[in-house]
Amino acid sequence: MSFKEGEVRIPAGCAISGFINRSGKRVSGADIVKSIGYMHDRSNGLGGGFAGYGIYPEYKEHYAFHVFYDNTEARVKTEEFLDRHFDIINLSRIPIRHIPEIKDEPLIWRYFLDPRPTKLTSSQLDEKEFTVKCVIRINTEFDGAYVFSCGKNMGVFKAVGYPEDVGRFYRLDEYEGYAWTAHGRYPTNTPGWWGGAHPFALLDYSIVHNGEISSYDANRRFIEMFGYKCTLLTDTEVITYIFDWLNRKQSLSLEDVASVIAAPFWSKIDSIEKTDPKRAAKLRYLRQAMSGLLITGPFSIILGYTGGLMALNDRLKLRSMVVAEKGDTTYIASEECAIRAICPDCENVWSPKGGEPVIITLNEEGKRRCL
Amino acid sequence: MPVNYFPAEFEVIRNYDKCISCRACERQCANEVHYYDSDFGKMLAHENRCVDCQRCVCICPTGALKIRPNENSFRKSANYTQPLMTEAYRQAGTGSVLLSSMGTPKDYPVYWDKILLNASQVTNPPIDPLREPMETRVFLGKKPTKMKFDKNGELDTTLEPSLTLNVPIMFSAMSYGSISKNAHESLARAAEELGTFYNTGEGGLHKDFYKYGANTIVQVASGRFGVHKDYLNAGAAIEIKMGQGAKPGIGGHLPGEKIKEDVAHTRMIPRGTDAISPAPHHDIYSIEDLRQLIFSVKEATEYKKPVIVKIAAVHNVAAIASGVARSGADIIAIDGFRGGTGAAPTRIRDNVGIPIELALAAVDGRLRHEGIRNEVSIVAAGSIRCSSDAVKAIALGADAVYIATPALLSMGCHLCRSCHTGKCNWGIATQNPELVKRLNPDIAYKRLVNLVTAWNHEIQEIMGGMGINSIEALRGNRLMLRGIGLNEKELQILGILHAGE
Amino acid sequence: MKKVYVNEERCLGCHLCEYYCAFANGSEPEFYKAFRLGRNAVPRIKVEDGNGINFAVQCRHCDDPQCMKNCIAGAISKVDGVVKIDRDKCVGCYTCVLSCPYGCVVADGGHSASKCELCTANGGTPQCVKGCINGAIVFEERGETA
Repeated sequence: MSFKEGEVRIPAGCAISGFINRSGKRVSGADIVKSIGYMHDRSNGLGGGFAGYGIYPEYKEHYAFHVFYDNTEARVKTEEFLDRHFDIINLSRIPIRHIPEIKDEPLIWRYFLDPRPTKLTSSQLDEKEFTVKCVIRINTEFDGAYVFSCGKNMGVFKAVGYPEDVGRFYRLDEYEGYAWTAHGRYPTNTPGWWGGAHPFALLDYSIVHNGEISSYDANRRFIEMFGYKCTLLTDTEVITYIFDWLNRKQSLSLEDVASVIAAPFWSKIDSIEKTDPKRAAKLRYLRQAMSGLLITGPFSIILGYTGGLMALNDRLKLRSMVVAEKGDTTYIASEECAIRAICPDCENVWSPKGGEPVIITLNEEGKRRCL
Repeated sequence: MPVNYFPAEFEVIRNYDKCISCRACERQCANEVHYYDSDFGKMLAHENRCVDCQRCVCICPTGALKIRPNENSFRKSANYTQPLMTEAYRQAGTGSVLLSSMGTPKDYPVYWDKILLNASQVTNPPIDPLREPMETRVFLGKKPTKMKFDKNGELDTTLEPSLTLNVPIMFSAMSYGSISKNAHESLARAAEELGTFYNTGEGGLHKDFYKYGANTIVQVASGRFGVHKDYLNAGAAIEIKMGQGAKPGIGGHLPGEKIKEDVAHTRMIPRGTDAISPAPHHDIYSIEDLRQLIFSVKEATEYKKPVIVKIAAVHNVAAIASGVARSGADIIAIDGFRGGTGAAPTRIRDNVGIPIELALAAVDGRLRHEGIRNEVSIVAAGSIRCSSDAVKAIALGADAVYIATPALLSMGCHLCRSCHTGKCNWGIATQNPELVKRLNPDIAYKRLVNLVTAWNHEIQEIMGGMGINSIEALRGNRLMLRGIGLNEKELQILGILHAGE
Repeated sequence: MKKVYVNEERCLGCHLCEYYCAFANGSEPEFYKAFRLGRNAVPRIKVEDGNGINFAVQCRHCDDPQCMKNCIAGAISKVDGVVKIDRDKCVGCYTCVLSCPYGCVVADGGHSASKCELCTANGGTPQCVKGCINGAIVFEERGETA
C-alpha cells in the first residue's frame, strides 16, 4: 500500500541547493542540476525539484501556473475554472524530455494568467490573494488537478525521481534564471505522487527544505486559523504558508520572520536586553505574539522569492548548510561539494549559525535587469 | 446504644511487637482514634473515627501501624455497592446533603492514561536537555494577530499585560480558610522561588502575604470575600471564578468553625459565620454581564493586569469559552470535573461536569476554528496528576496547567478526603492552630519547589525526546499524541489519531 | 559553636525527640527493641507541654555551667564548648541535677547523671534534630559564645 502526501505524514531527509546572481545575470538551469546531482546520496529517487526565478521575462507581468493533471477530464474542468477567473494569456504543455529514469508522468501544463478584472473586483481581494484563493480551490476541489507553481516570472519543476534526472526531464538547460533552488528528496516510504515532490510554492515564494520539524502540528493548527489549509501534511507546505502569512500578509521583514520561526532563545533575548533594549523588545514581541509559529526540530531551508533567496537553519543547527560566494553569485547548499561542483574556486565558505538568516537580494543592477 | 448501621470504614492494624506505646499517634490524631489503655498497658484505637489520613502511620517511629479498609462486607451487589448503602444509612441518620472533599474517587475514564506520547527516531534527532537549551517559559495573556507599524514603518511592539511563567505549571486556587495560613505561605514562597504563580482562591489575601504579590493571582468569586481595591492591585493577575470543576453550578461553603479571627478579617466577614458563596455571581446572569465585570476589574487595576476567567468543564464548555474569549478575558482556566475541592456535595462532585481532557480539546479546537486562539491563553486544571499529564494537556492545546492536589500531596496530604471536617492532621485544610502548626512552611515550600522542579525536568526530557526544544512548539501539537483503546468519537473529540495510525 | 535550638512555634509536642534521644544514648541497635526491652537511656531532652505551647528543653551548654561548678567529683567538664560528664568519675551524688536551672541534667537510673552532649559520641548529628517530624529542633550556629 502506498500513501500520497496528505493522507499520511511522511518524514523525509533531503538535499538542498541554490544560488543567486545578485547582478541579475541569468544563468542556465544546467548548473543547478549539476549541483544537486552531487548530493545524489542524500536523495533516494522518490522526489526531486527545482525553482527558477527570472525564467519568464517575456511573461513577467502574468501569473505562471504549472499544473499536474491526472487525466484530460481534470484538465478540461480546471481550464473551465481558469477561464472563468482569469484571462488566459498563453497555455501550453511544459516541454519535457522522455528519459527512462522518469516514468508515469502526469499531464503537465503551463498557463500565463491575469485575474479577470470583474471577478477580482467582486471578490474584494487583492490580486495576489485572489490568485491564492483560486489555487487553493483547484487543489482542494478539483480531483486530479494540482497547481504546483503560481508565481510571476518564476516556475517550479518537480517530479518523482532523482533531482538530476528531473532536471534533464524538464529540460532545465533550456531555461535561464537569476536564481535557482533545487531539492532532492529522501522520503521514508514510497509515494508515487508528483505533487508531493519539492519545492513547494505559493505565488512567488518557493521553499526547499531539509529536515523534519517537531513543531509541525502546532504550526499547522496555528496557521490554519488564518485561512490556510495544510492538505499535503508536509513541513514544506506549512513553512511556505508561514512565510506567506508573516511576510506577505503581515508585512514582516524576512529577518523578522526568521526571528519568529527560529526565534532566539529567551536567554539570548534577555542578554540582548542589556545592550539593545529596543531590539530585545522586538524579539520578545515577535516570539510572544507568534509563539505558535516557532519551528523546532531540524531544518535547513532556502526560500526563493522575487528578487532574492533566504537561507535559514533551525536554532540548534541540526541540519548541515553552507554558504559560499564568488563574484556576484552567492551559493547555498546542504554540502559544500554541491557548491564546488559548479564553482570550484568559490570564496568565503561559511556555515551560517542556527537561527541566523542569510538573505541575499538582487543589487541595483540586478533589480534593473530583472524586476 | 443505638444501632450502628454501618461499620468503621478502616481498620487500625498495630504490630504490638513493635509498638513502644510512645503515644505519638495519640498526640497527633485530631480525630482521637488512638488511646492508651493503662489497664491493658497498650495502645488501642477507636477505629470508627479514623479517616485514613495516614498521619500516624507516617510518624510512627517503629513502623508499627497500618490503616486498611475494613474487610467487613455487606452482601455484595454490583448495583447497590457498600458505599452507596453506607451513604443511605448516613443520610437516613442525618437528613443532610452528603459532603465530600477532594476529587471524585469514582472510576470514570482518565483520558490521560489513554493517550500515548511520541518520540523521535532516526528521521529527526531527540534533544538532550542536559546538553541543549530546553525552554519552558510561558507567557499567559492576549497575543496580537495583526502586526501594527507606525508611520516610520517601525513595528509596534506593545504587548498586552501578561504573566510570565518559568515553568508551565501554576498552583490553582485554594482559599485561605479552606487551607491554612501555613499552606498559603508555602505556596506563595514556592511560587516565588519557581517563577510561577499561586492563586488566593476566593478567601482574600492575608496581610502578611501581600509581599508575594508579584507571584500571586487574586481571585474574585461570587461571594466577593476579601475583595477590595488594594487586593485587586496586590496580585499579578485577577481571576474571576465562574465555576469549579468539582462542583459546577454551585458556590463554595466554608463552615463557620473554619472562620477564625484571621480568616474572618481576611474575608471581611464576621467570625464564626458560614462563608457561603452564591451559586452565580449575582451581577453576572449572562455573558455580557461577565464582560462588564472583567472591565470593572480592569478599570480598578488600570488595565495593567491580565484577567483570568475560570470556568468549570460543563457540556457546552467550548461555546462558553468562545464567549469568554470575546468578552475581554486574557486567560481562560478550564477546570475538569475530576478536580479537587475543600468541600462539595458528594452527588455533585461525583456526577456533574466533564473530564478536562475532552473539555480542553473541545475549547482549543473551537477557539482555533474561530480564529481567536491568540485572543486568550488556556490553562487546564482539574486532575493534572503528574508531568506527563501536563505534557499531554499542553499538546492538546493548553498554554499551562494549574495543579492543586499534587501541591497538597507534596505538603503531606494523603487524600483522605476529609477537608470539610476541618480536622486535617497534616495542618493543611484546617484552621485549628494546633494542627496548622504541623505544616512547617520552611519544609513545605521546599517540597513544593522540589515537586515542580522535578516535573519540569520530566517535561523537558519528554519534549527533548520529541525533538522539541521550546514549550510553545508542544502547545496544540496533537500529532505528538496517540489514543490507546479509545473509540472513534473520543479520538475525534480529542483531535488525535489512534496508536498505530 | 553549633547548638541545638527549639522553635516553639514549630514544636508539636509529639515527644518523639525524647525517644530518639533515649535510643541514641542507649545500647540497643534496634529502635523498637530498645524500648520494648528497656535498653534505652533516659532521654536528655524533655518536651514541656500544656496551654497550647510545646517546647523541647535540653542542655544550653552554658557559658558558666552551674552543674560543672557544683560537681563534687570534678566529673563535669567543658570540651570544645560541650558540657560533658565523665561517667567514670561521677559518683552519682546528683548535685548537678539539683543545680541545673533548666532541669537538663537527669539521673539516668544507673549510678551516674547524664545530659545532652550534642550526640558527640553518636556520630555528631543530634538525633533529636534528625528525628523531629516538623523541623522544630535545629542544630545551628547562632553566633553565641561557647
